[in-house]
Amino acid sequence: MTPSRTLATTGRVLSQIRHDPRTIALLLLVPSLLIGLVAWIFSETTVFQSVGPAMIALFPFIVMFLVTSITTLRERRTGTLERLLSMPLGKGDLILGYTLAFGLLAVLQSSIAVLFAITVCGLDIEGPVWLLVAVAVADAVLGTTLGLLASAFARTEFQVVQFMPVIVFPQILLGGIFLPRDQLPDVLRVLSDWLPLSHAVDALNAIATGSEDDAYVLGELLIILAWIVGAVILASATLRRRTP
Amino acid sequence: MDTPAEPAVIVADLHARRGTHPVLHGLGLRIPARQVVGLIGPSGSGKTTLMRAIVGVQVVQSGTVTVLGRPAGSAWLRRRVGYVTQDASVYDDLTVRQNLDYFRAVLGAGRSDVARVIEQTDLGASARQLTGSLSGGQRSRVSLAVALLGSPELLVLDEPTVGLDPVLRRDLWTLFHGLAAGGTSLLVSSHVMDEAARCDGLLLMRDGDILADDTPAGLLAATGTADIDAAFLRLIGDDDPDARKEPR
Repeated sequence: MTPSRTLATTGRVLSQIRHDPRTIALLLLVPSLLIGLVAWIFSETTVFQSVGPAMIALFPFIVMFLVTSITTLRERRTGTLERLLSMPLGKGDLILGYTLAFGLLAVLQSSIAVLFAITVCGLDIEGPVWLLVAVAVADAVLGTTLGLLASAFARTEFQVVQFMPVIVFPQILLGGIFLPRDQLPDVLRVLSDWLPLSHAVDALNAIATGSEDDAYVLGELLIILAWIVGAVILASATLRRRTP
Repeated sequence: MDTPAEPAVIVADLHARRGTHPVLHGLGLRIPARQVVGLIGPSGSGKTTLMRAIVGVQVVQSGTVTVLGRPAGSAWLRRRVGYVTQDASVYDDLTVRQNLDYFRAVLGAGRSDVARVIEQTDLGASARQLTGSLSGGQRSRVSLAVALLGSPELLVLDEPTVGLDPVLRRDLWTLFHGLAAGGTSLLVSSHVMDEAARCDGLLLMRDGDILADDTPAGLLAATGTADIDAAFLRLIGDDDPDARKEPR
């Protein structure tokens, strides 16, 4: 791995996205619009105040996983992935290059989503907003790195998309969005403790309600970061230069 | 044909399957250095699988592939082997120059290399265009230009002249021979038999086996035919069942 190759990859991914207005819109605006839709649905109730923070975790996470999967799927389809892996590009250069590019977009995306949820949708945040943005960014980057991990595991282009129901949906169901995690059956609650999205939702809820101190939130943030680092390392180790 | 002592590629007893389908079953061959060697055969004959094995991106079941004296796919080879896949492996949503700039950075080649390969592939007029907006022939030339970056010692080109007009095809073959004269070894696949005549050496392939390994002239002499198409038919015994024999 070399910094110049990693950064060249980051620059290349950002140049590609710059040429693709629809992906920019999907990345930057769609999570906010979906949060707005949820707020609208529940506008006559107090539900949005309780599920709003989770929505800031959910939509950027899904959108990032999706965009990353699709981008790497295209790398496979067009043969550029195979070409890159026949060149002196470290597998880590590719994974980290993508993570940095989408990480930069995640900062923009999450800032917009948080700002939109607070100012337009009227979500009340008791804790520090910067911390909310920080957790939201980490959560979006988590979506990216899990997308990269899924596509690294995939041996064929179709497997990339097949991983989505396996990796993303259980995290949504067990993340405390449908039912608070402490009300889940014991086995599922333990399982949900091990899933990173649960920790993002917990952290965002804690900041929104001000129920926990910053140290708790930073601890949750650390768990998410550990998942990000783990996914990047595992994805780099799993990517195969040779395919059948 | 005088063959340099050290072949660019040596393949021995290679078994490989594409997906679940066995394609190569015990294939062996030598590709001489500093020549343009044509890998000729119908589609489905295993050309691409063989090329992928040489580049080191193909999972092989058994056998050895030695490239420039090293096992295929080893890290040392990654800047010394250029590979052009059948479909242009370039980013459609980047300009020609952005594509070349990125792959140049990956290869660690000098900055002046981009201008050189644009010149070699005659892409100067479209360098600022999005690659996806180019014609199929132009896109495949962008893919070729990427493979030329860093002046690799071995070029593996899978059907690089498909869909090109005769003038461009002639220019590319001139480029290939110019590169070989400069010391590059080239393996060029084609299913167009008339391209075979432009190669220094020929590997005729069918059903995962090498039917013949000869020069174009040697092949015609051995089969007693007037063109490569007829030679191919003679080799597979399709023109006359009694004529099936190995040349040399």
